[in-house]
Amino acid sequence: MPLLEIRNLKVEFDTAKGPFKALDGVDYTVDGGEVLAIVGESGSGKSVAMLATMGLLPDTATITADKMEFEGLDLRTLSSRDRRRVIGKDISMIFQEPIASLNPCFTVGFQLGETLKTHMGLKGRQARDRVVEILTSVGIPNPGERLSAFPHQMSGGQCQRVMIAMAIACAPKLLIADEPTTALDVTIQKQILDLLVQLQQDSGMGLIMITHDMGVVAETADRVIVQYKGRKMEEADVLTLFENPKNPYTKALLSALPENATGDRLPTVSDFAEAGGF
Amino acid sequence: MAGDVILKVRDLYRTYDIKGGMFKKASTLTAVKGVSLDVERGSTLAVVGESGCGKSTLARMLTMIDAQTSGLIEIDGLPIDISQTGISKEMRQKVQIVFQNPYGSLNPRQKIGHVLEEPLLLNTDMPSAERRDLALQMLEKVGLQPEHYGRYPHMFSGGQRQRIAIARAIMMKPKLLVLDEPVSALDLSVQAQILNLLADLQEEMGLTYVFISHDLSVVRYIADKVMVMYFGEVVEYGTRDEVFENPQHDYTKTLFAATPRADVDSIRKRLAAKAA
Repeated sequence: MPLLEIRNLKVEFDTAKGPFKALDGVDYTVDGGEVLAIVGESGSGKSVAMLATMGLLPDTATITADKMEFEGLDLRTLSSRDRRRVIGKDISMIFQEPIASLNPCFTVGFQLGETLKTHMGLKGRQARDRVVEILTSVGIPNPGERLSAFPHQMSGGQCQRVMIAMAIACAPKLLIADEPTTALDVTIQKQILDLLVQLQQDSGMGLIMITHDMGVVAETADRVIVQYKGRKMEEADVLTLFENPKNPYTKALLSALPENATGDRLPTVSDFAEAGGF
Repeated sequence: MAGDVILKVRDLYRTYDIKGGMFKKASTLTAVKGVSLDVERGSTLAVVGESGCGKSTLARMLTMIDAQTSGLIEIDGLPIDISQTGISKEMRQKVQIVFQNPYGSLNPRQKIGHVLEEPLLLNTDMPSAERRDLALQMLEKVGLQPEHYGRYPHMFSGGQRQRIAIARAIMMKPKLLVLDEPVSALDLSVQAQILNLLADLQEEMGLTYVFISHDLSVVRYIADKVMVMYFGEVVEYGTRDEVFENPQHDYTKTLFAATPRADVDSIRKRLAAKAA
């Protein structure tokens, strides 16, 4: 049984101009120990799909799916009380803007402790020791002292490490990373990607990487889903996708990479749209 | 056109004073330390480095937003030192800038036509009909339509806004265009369109670019010369091929190693290492 299985997921938003279809019948499956990359441009619905899974979309969104199961647990019918037991513990998520994702009014130690208290029932000394342990595992120097630091006292890369620490604090079975390195410098991006892959391999959790960066896909993924305007264009293992892309949109995306440029001009997606008809 | 240097910078420094507080002594921060460079007419210099390395401070000095502390800047034979001489209309005409975030760099309450005409209004005595004609021509040149003239920025996508920002920058027919991360906020396919537009404009108008970026694959595609900055200093400066094929400084090597590779061989290598 796959860890997460979603069939025919549709998400619609009510807008002033009528319903807007953000996602139109997409399937996702992730196994434990697997890294799935969902890649697409803005508006492709890549984040919406995972926010729907987490139950984080606003009330204006209508979510329908034929199947939406996490370890056999039906996420569609889950009460919010039961959902809170799963979200943040078995499934957790990290976001693009690390500094904005942390509460500026509390120390990182407090925020990490909160997670442990809610889901694992750890308190006081025990919680503190565990927090130090997790911060060490994500490579924060001097974790004992950094506990009492506020988010603004840390760099973007360090905040992202804290976010990762918070996400893995309860040893989740599935980690969803939504553009985890987009706001960071290349050298820091490398460190964070290495850390994520390392943690994933050590713990055997499933990892979903949402990204628009083909380089990040190439460096981390086992399997890739390419999305465009709310539909799935192609799904393949990472090597097949880069070596032999089937879908015209995937081909367009890959040839728009500056490093694949041949000749003077970069081909753009619209050049392919006319020829490929998507 | 070797030897035709349009931008000459020698030993440029910029320091900022940091105010002291009750428990902190006042100190100075040197954001740019002794940068020297030459850019030839019609070529592209890429400046690479991570946040805080001084690349945007350099851009601010080249575009006369900020004054240098010491050192020489010469644009098209004209020495620039705004703390001493102020800025003349002639100086403004030589250099323009395009910023990273096309959502932040356009006034939301200003129509596109007005955005494009404003540099002409401020710096020339052109009559309004002529300004309008020029603005319409410019819209077409950057791949937009005449009907976009009366629209507001929120009606455009990120890529279209960046086209507008570029159009505004070249309204004055500058010699030198400073591009501060012009494509980092854009999607991959839009990025390709903007890079193509920049290449076309360079050819058509003989523009010289100083292209600031942290994305090495873009730099490799667009640059003639590359300069790598680290903590305010230039650690590597040379032609694109020299820098990419034979990086000298450790930081440049680290930077190259950290850049994700999207080619089949590196994926194969990674998968093999994982299986082992």
